[in-house]
Amino acid sequence: MRVFTLFKEIMANLVHGPATRKYPYVRRPDFPGTRGRLMIDESKCIFCGLCARKCPSDALEVTRKPDQMWKFDQYKCILCAACVEACPKKCLRMAPRTEKYPDEE
Amino acid sequence: MSTIVPFGPQHPVLPEPIQLCLELEDERVVSVIPVVGYVHRGLEKIAEKKDFIQDTYLIERICGICSFMHSMSYCMGIEELMSIPVPPRALYLRVIWAELHRIHSHLLALGLLADAFGFENLFMQYWKSRERIMDAMECTTGGRVMLSSCCIGGVRRDIDENQKKFVLDQLKEVEKEVTSLNRTMMEDYSVKQRTVGIGVLSKEAAYAQGAVGPTARGSGLVMDHRMSGYAAYRELAIEPVVETAGDCYARTMVRCREVMQSIDLIRRAFAQLPDSELKTPFKGNPSGEAVIRCEQPRGEVLYYFRGNGTDKLERLRVRTPTFANIPAMLTMVQNCQLPDVGVIIISVDPCVSCTER
Repeated sequence: MRVFTLFKEIMANLVHGPATRKYPYVRRPDFPGTRGRLMIDESKCIFCGLCARKCPSDALEVTRKPDQMWKFDQYKCILCAACVEACPKKCLRMAPRTEKYPDEE
Repeated sequence: MSTIVPFGPQHPVLPEPIQLCLELEDERVVSVIPVVGYVHRGLEKIAEKKDFIQDTYLIERICGICSFMHSMSYCMGIEELMSIPVPPRALYLRVIWAELHRIHSHLLALGLLADAFGFENLFMQYWKSRERIMDAMECTTGGRVMLSSCCIGGVRRDIDENQKKFVLDQLKEVEKEVTSLNRTMMEDYSVKQRTVGIGVLSKEAAYAQGAVGPTARGSGLVMDHRMSGYAAYRELAIEPVVETAGDCYARTMVRCREVMQSIDLIRRAFAQLPDSELKTPFKGNPSGEAVIRCEQPRGEVLYYFRGNGTDKLERLRVRTPTFANIPAMLTMVQNCQLPDVGVIIISVDPCVSCTER
């Protein structure tokens, strides 16, 4: 009969301190290549609409006439990066979670 | 006189909503009626509305725990329908990600089992190790849960030398931590009191009721679809992990040993990783019928495809492992004591979102 089998780990954890971070003050940086947020470089976009056609969750809307518009609903986005692969001008990219949108506070 | 006690859909041991109406005589369960349908999302129907390339990302969202394996099975089916050859490096990368998923799923299940019998510390320790695997997945694919790295004809991302080193370092740590935690799970007196001889499923009953995965292997059935050699498993030679007792303890043992087996598999896959392209380009639309089977952490998944030559599938049917395990789970619960019901259910590792899609 074996009891207290976890004793060694418990003692080690008492000495080593917590395994978690103090979240709002200490944040884990994203790995390079993490699909955090979708960003666009509007100056390069030609409004071809390929990204909107590939999007599985209909989060993108692109119009050419009467006005050129690229619209993105970030609450619909599932971060699959299908649009990034489809973009012929490479103006879309996946940014880390911490990066802000241009109009974001 | 018997009493009916509703177990779930909201219950502390259940990670997902499923209801079991337990008919009790004193503390003994005499019969049980399952009620499902709380998380039905109609994904099979949505798959018929989107085109088959978009479906790759949709199908991945059937389940959060075996998401990569769902997208892998789906891609394998479409590749079979359209006769697309997959480059060898992509096959190996698929195995690596699939096995990472198996490790994180099993660590999650072991942690939940520890939580179900009230061993909070063990639960936290398992999940601490699991976090390393989640980091390995985020480092290599860009997503912690939804890897989205499998695509029709191959994979979307490569694993470079730095990422390979990171994954192998994490695996080394996980192996060290899980080896000592498994000792508690296998040998501790209080753990054995809650699992040995509880929820017994005989080999015959497991076969007759179509149990799959660790549930079947814990009852002595040698059933592991990886043996059939899909993806790169043919070159990696799998030895299925089998226990014979059929109780909660045996099923837990299967998971504990499979974590170790998966770590070994990933190391061998990295050692043998060939150099080739990642993706085969393709044209056209799927037509005809195909059936694909794949071994997920919870057992064997079955996909049925019917394409009609357009860019939308005519029918997609998914039979998930938990769906096959529910009859076996009901047999286990019968004639057990009420406090053991939670442990028995978690020992099957039910994934209700998979079941209801």
